[in-house]
Amino acid sequence: MIKRSKKYSVFSLVKNALSYHENWQPAWRNPEIKKEYDAIIVGGGGHGLTTAYYLAKNHGIKNIAVVEKGWIGGGNTGRNTTIIRSNYLWDQSAAIYDHALKLWEGMSQELNYNVMFSQRGVMNVAHNLHDVRELKRRWHANRLNGVDCEWLNTKEVKKFCPVINTSPNIRYPVLGATLQRRAGTARHDAVAWGYARGADAMGVDIIQNCEVTEININNGNVTGIETTRGTIKSKKIGVVCAGHSSVIAKMAGIKLPLESRPLQALVSEPVKPVIDTVVMSNTIHAYVSQSDKGELVIGAGTDGYNSYSQRGGFNIVEDTIMAIVELFPLFSRMKMLRHWGGIVDICPDASPIISKTHINGLYFNCGWGTGGFKATPGSGWVFAHTIANDQPHALNAPFSINRFSSGELVDEHGAAAVAH
Amino acid sequence: MLIINCPYCGEREQEEFSCGGEAHIERPKNPPDLNDDQWADYLFLRQNIKGLQYERWNHSFGCRQWFNVARNTATDEILAVYKMGEKPPALESNNPITPCGEPAIGSGNFSTSKK
Repeated sequence: MIKRSKKYSVFSLVKNALSYHENWQPAWRNPEIKKEYDAIIVGGGGHGLTTAYYLAKNHGIKNIAVVEKGWIGGGNTGRNTTIIRSNYLWDQSAAIYDHALKLWEGMSQELNYNVMFSQRGVMNVAHNLHDVRELKRRWHANRLNGVDCEWLNTKEVKKFCPVINTSPNIRYPVLGATLQRRAGTARHDAVAWGYARGADAMGVDIIQNCEVTEININNGNVTGIETTRGTIKSKKIGVVCAGHSSVIAKMAGIKLPLESRPLQALVSEPVKPVIDTVVMSNTIHAYVSQSDKGELVIGAGTDGYNSYSQRGGFNIVEDTIMAIVELFPLFSRMKMLRHWGGIVDICPDASPIISKTHINGLYFNCGWGTGGFKATPGSGWVFAHTIANDQPHALNAPFSINRFSSGELVDEHGAAAVAH
Repeated sequence: MLIINCPYCGEREQEEFSCGGEAHIERPKNPPDLNDDQWADYLFLRQNIKGLQYERWNHSFGCRQWFNVARNTATDEILAVYKMGEKPPALESNNPITPCGEPAIGSGNFSTSKK
């Protein structure tokens, strides 16, 4: 999809090295806003950009605007802990997350952009009998769904991740773990930039610093949006704006089953390679991996109240660090460099909403809560299908907003890994 | 971290409390007459306001009493605390400018969306 002259390759690297790297072209344009588009995507994070990309690539709709109030990848796309896995319990979730994982596997080649996808494995650790039963149930469920998963006993855990403390004398001893070897991490910024570049190359207009203030609706049909940079018309609008979904929904008079909460994360000073996998624990509530720069990337749980402030309480950070230090005593003297919060939109059943609404032409993709990053390409894939055909893809049909009336919830609290 | 003024115990750190979500949601008076959409509205749908929100808190590691808090969810500023059963105080909602420096414009802010 990328034109040959713009393609990144060893030749373009050499050519630009000769001009001291001063002549690289911007990865995407800064276009003039047109009066009308065939589709508008509200939200220029990973999910919004993949939606635009697959609308253009799979469905031939290329007259698209992606409207972003800040800058590309400045929201939750740049605030997550970059973990990718598909070991979810229920059939519906396993199907959509594993579809996403398959897209991750070919992403760098497809986009001609290195997203640094590293299949280093994800271990979910069990600390008590209940954990063991629950994780073994998920292990079997995964295998029945064709998702790779293995069970490791304590010795095997120690062998796979030697720095973990497997002493039986700690408060929450390691009794075993599930391991998904295809899972891993990716560079989150590169995902946003790669899809932005790919979508732009197919003609998608990426409009930054443009905030939606109103949604125009006429007789139950959507007609366009009002923004801080003027009116933009379109008969199809896809809203993909995570923590602010309820705010946009309110403009259209829709109430969603979402609560927006802060989710915090932190990174340490960079050190030499020490942990070459991702370790997650539901019970003591922490997850850790090491970035290619050498920083430990540590995720916490959500703060227990609604907030849009992009910061949370220190008690959550303290709890998380306590858990990390118990599992990895050698990290006890590491200094933390940065700490931040993102606003996640949590559904009552910890599953997303990828759905039409009762307003024609208005679609919502939200409710990814604490685990949206891993689904980025799969989410865009099915949401593009929903927008293009005005009906859901088989993979996102179970994630309709109507499930809250029908009662057909997809309860993924166990596999969501972060307590809500 | 929030400092919450419990109406029974006074100011305490947020760690002692747990949030019970949106306040003033009444259980339907005629449950058998409700259709599925009305049940969904009562059970699951929430306003999830950016700005002034009335919410329930419980002093779970203190006196264990429930009470209501009026809080600006954009700034985390607590504007009022009042007891269960009392009517929510009429408050002027501050312009939700988040601490991360988000611009005052837009964001569905009450103060700007009605201009």
